[in-house]
Amino acid sequence: MSFSSSSYDVIVVGGGHAGVEAAAAAARVGARTALVTHRAATIGAMSCNPAIGGLGKGHLVREVDALDGLMGRVADAAGIQFRLLNRRKGPAVRGPRTQADRALYAAAMQRAVAETPGLTVIEGEAEDLVVAEGRVAGAILTDGRTLTAAAVVITTGTFLRGLIHIGERQIPAGRVGEGPAVGLAQTLDRHGFRLGRLKTGTPARLDGRTIDWASLEMQHADEDPVPFSTLTERITTPQIACGITRTTQATHDLIRANLHRSPMYSGGISSRGPRYCPSIEDKVVRFGDREGHQIFLEPEGLDDPTVYPNGISTALPEEVQAGIIASIPGLERTRILRPGYAIEYDYVDPRELDATLQTKRLPGLFLAGQINGTTGYEEAAGQGLVAGLNAARLAGGSELAVFDRAESYLGVMIDDLVTHGVSEPYRMFTSRSEYRLSLRVDNADERLTPRGATLGCVGAARATHFATSQTALAESRARLDSLSLTPNEAAAHGLALNRDGLRRSAFQLLSYPEIGWERLSAIWPELASASPRVAERLRTDATYAVYLDRQQADIAAFRRDEAVRLPPSLDYWSIAGLSNEMRAKLDGVRPGTLGQAARIEGVTPAALTLLAAHARRSRTSVTA
Amino acid sequence: MASPLPTRDDTIFAPASGLGRAAVALVRISGPAAGTALDALAGGRPEPRRLSLRPLRDPATQAVLDQAVIVWLPGPGTATGEDMAELHLHGGVAVRTAILRALSRVPGCRPAEAGAFSRRAFLNGRIDLTEAEGIADLIDAETEAQRVQALRQLDGALGRQVAAWRETGIELLAQAEAALDFSDEGDVDDDGLDAILNQKARNLHDAIRAALADGQRGERLREGFCVVLAGAPNAGKSTLLNALSGRDAAIVSEIPGTTRDAIEVRCDLGGLPVVLVDTAGLRETEDRIEAEGVNRTRRRMESADLILHLVPMGDRPDRQAVSGAPTLVVQTKADLAAGVEPQGLAISAVTGAGLDALLDAIQAAAEASLGHGDALITRERHREALTRAAQHLERLITAPSGFPPELLAEDLRLAVRALGEVGGHVGVEEMLDRLFAGFCIGK
Repeated sequence: MSFSSSSYDVIVVGGGHAGVEAAAAAARVGARTALVTHRAATIGAMSCNPAIGGLGKGHLVREVDALDGLMGRVADAAGIQFRLLNRRKGPAVRGPRTQADRALYAAAMQRAVAETPGLTVIEGEAEDLVVAEGRVAGAILTDGRTLTAAAVVITTGTFLRGLIHIGERQIPAGRVGEGPAVGLAQTLDRHGFRLGRLKTGTPARLDGRTIDWASLEMQHADEDPVPFSTLTERITTPQIACGITRTTQATHDLIRANLHRSPMYSGGISSRGPRYCPSIEDKVVRFGDREGHQIFLEPEGLDDPTVYPNGISTALPEEVQAGIIASIPGLERTRILRPGYAIEYDYVDPRELDATLQTKRLPGLFLAGQINGTTGYEEAAGQGLVAGLNAARLAGGSELAVFDRAESYLGVMIDDLVTHGVSEPYRMFTSRSEYRLSLRVDNADERLTPRGATLGCVGAARATHFATSQTALAESRARLDSLSLTPNEAAAHGLALNRDGLRRSAFQLLSYPEIGWERLSAIWPELASASPRVAERLRTDATYAVYLDRQQADIAAFRRDEAVRLPPSLDYWSIAGLSNEMRAKLDGVRPGTLGQAARIEGVTPAALTLLAAHARRSRTSVTA
Repeated sequence: MASPLPTRDDTIFAPASGLGRAAVALVRISGPAAGTALDALAGGRPEPRRLSLRPLRDPATQAVLDQAVIVWLPGPGTATGEDMAELHLHGGVAVRTAILRALSRVPGCRPAEAGAFSRRAFLNGRIDLTEAEGIADLIDAETEAQRVQALRQLDGALGRQVAAWRETGIELLAQAEAALDFSDEGDVDDDGLDAILNQKARNLHDAIRAALADGQRGERLREGFCVVLAGAPNAGKSTLLNALSGRDAAIVSEIPGTTRDAIEVRCDLGGLPVVLVDTAGLRETEDRIEAEGVNRTRRRMESADLILHLVPMGDRPDRQAVSGAPTLVVQTKADLAAGVEPQGLAISAVTGAGLDALLDAIQAAAEASLGHGDALITRERHREALTRAAQHLERLITAPSGFPPELLAEDLRLAVRALGEVGGHVGVEEMLDRLFAGFCIGK
């Protein structure tokens, strides 16, 4: 070999939100890891909305944190507008979110990467994969360097054959100012991967110094910002407010008059974008009767005049964008720093993956993030962590880890992806989780940190912190269970209960909407010492107790079907009684378990009965 | 290991018309060798989906067996989803027998077991579960009322109604979920959502409850109105059963299958299915086998729709021994007790006196119970799922104001899931489709 060759356990291609979590997770497990990125300075860049978390997404950040990932801690350092969404609703649907200072975020992320032992950042562009004996054995860079490794994680986001559209203009790019990745797309093509094309978009960036803030309604941060990470004591970064404005009739008229110049409507783009993040063109076409569409004006940083106008993503020509901005109250004189655009990119059909995020076609190759058809930093980070963890375990010869739907949103997301594929960029919602009441932001650590410790991706500091907080929780819970009173005794404390003579424990009392921790502490002073977090957590458990008990039964049934493994070598075409349609569906996904087979769209109960019988037979013949 | 499931890709055939004499007899063939069967018997396959007149020959001797109209129906657009062929033969047992014998010699072909065609149709996704169950009932239909009901279900009456309920449920769920997942969006306003949800959920709940409150007529139509003959030994139970089943009014459709403890006769009374059950005589006994028989009689009485309590004329009925269902006291052996004033219904199985009146009384009770109206729910599986759906909705509509919205959504989701179980489908995507169609999401 004419050029230098370096050897690692795991190579991660891409330094976005999936890439950094993958690289850091692999390194935490103990793998010698290389992170290959164009420029070390763009690690942790936020290409779109400068915010972390939200409804459903906040769950993912907490889960990444529970597995000792980086995103939660970094967002805590960079967050400039923390808000707990759905605060008035129940704990299962609350979503922590923050605006992030773009520069602070990238700096904190780069610091976290630099501080991770065993992680080397390599500047360069991956061009091809090294494949030996049907397995991935490394990556080849455009400068000719070859890096060898037992596993490779590709996290190239929107870079695969990325194509930016602004009106009639088309620019090959991964994101603004950076070229697309064509070599890797060709490599994946060559190996037979099913590729598809998606699009997403971003709004123009505005100069905040030219916005008439005084005329706008403002949305402030929470008074008591709730951090993402259990390791963050409190938020110290200064908090800012966002402005709120709306599109007008003039905006809508202008958009309608220029619709033929938007690539989504001119035929320039045919791939599908996300329904939950439509362009302003789509909003006007589909919901034109609305009086105006809300826009949040989100500052991109404390020392940065750039403002992200959330809600008006567009690919109309630049001069039309200028007209649109000028038609919006408060933005009449606002200068555009950079036009909005739509971007089309290749993604790999995620049904090419199994639930460990390893590709079925090419052992040793893992994919994570937007390349799998998802959208969002949090979705990317969650996949990155799982892919990096498993890549390191593969390199180390350990069994790979699968997170299931009853355990985490990570499991819900990955199962959705590898079972159903995608028809639009996939985003997390709490309604995707059938065990939503059990999978909460407030118990992510309890669900995942012990598992992460077993898998080797949770460090000592977090393990200790977790053990301490669990002890405090268990003590308070035991105290609640041990304290009780009769309706008569309750009446003496001013609590009106059914006069049924039944003693109720303090835990049961906590499930009454009108009885809070303070009330109980007044009756039993020994409860007053519990931390607010413990009190809040136990209140939730009490409120949901009845539902959680029932959900446990559902989860047990779910796990029974998950326990029936379907061998990867199963030949669906040879199972008699299955229709060809069922065979094609099952062969397209190659489900790992009977439960996953049941979740494939259109697979009938009759087909599942046949599969169950077949799985039972093949297991019998293996043991015989 | 023995498996009840088909293990080979074989081809099945069966006469599709009745066993009696008829002008035309239809034989259906389904499976990968259906075409080969045509090649073997008819010398080739005619143009698909066109009736063609062809001589059918014995593949072994080439002797002509019949001049028949045949149809070639390549899959998957067929009733079973497989390749199919139909042979319209001349009526008559000899012709049909010869053709069936010839078919059984075509490699890969075998006679179909009961229900095999509809099972294949179901496995290949040509019909859904409720339709498959409807076909099975149609084949089993013994009486006019059962047949009509089976047709209703085959037509998807239940499936369509439940699908409509489920649509409503998904609509409500989409509204509830929008308020949870997109509360930060400008377009989603959850003020007053509780009230809207509550009213619509109440309507849905009431509709499902009304369908459930049908006295289980559907299941009973399917299983038959159960009449248990009970009484002391020698009260005349078996004699009455024989006498009843011999009457013209009671069209006996099934030869009694004798069991150790009970004899059943299924018959048709005025178009309604009725099952008459003869039981072991009721008395205190030391004999363990007889005691077990008496226990079983008690259990049969508990599940009966009507008990005929037989008491020889002049004896006093032991009312305590007979209980568990509406009871009709019938005085038997009226011919032996001339001179005794009959009280209520008196019969003589020997002379036939009073039997028509008794049949009328049974029919009246069956009509009152089974009714003439339409019954939607005919299977316990459906009833169970619909009951669960109603329970979840009930919790939702009885929740106090200020109840956590995510718990309301939880009950809605479980109700939708239960409704989906009737037809065998569920899906988050459907709910999301609805949600994105109705709300402008995306800031």
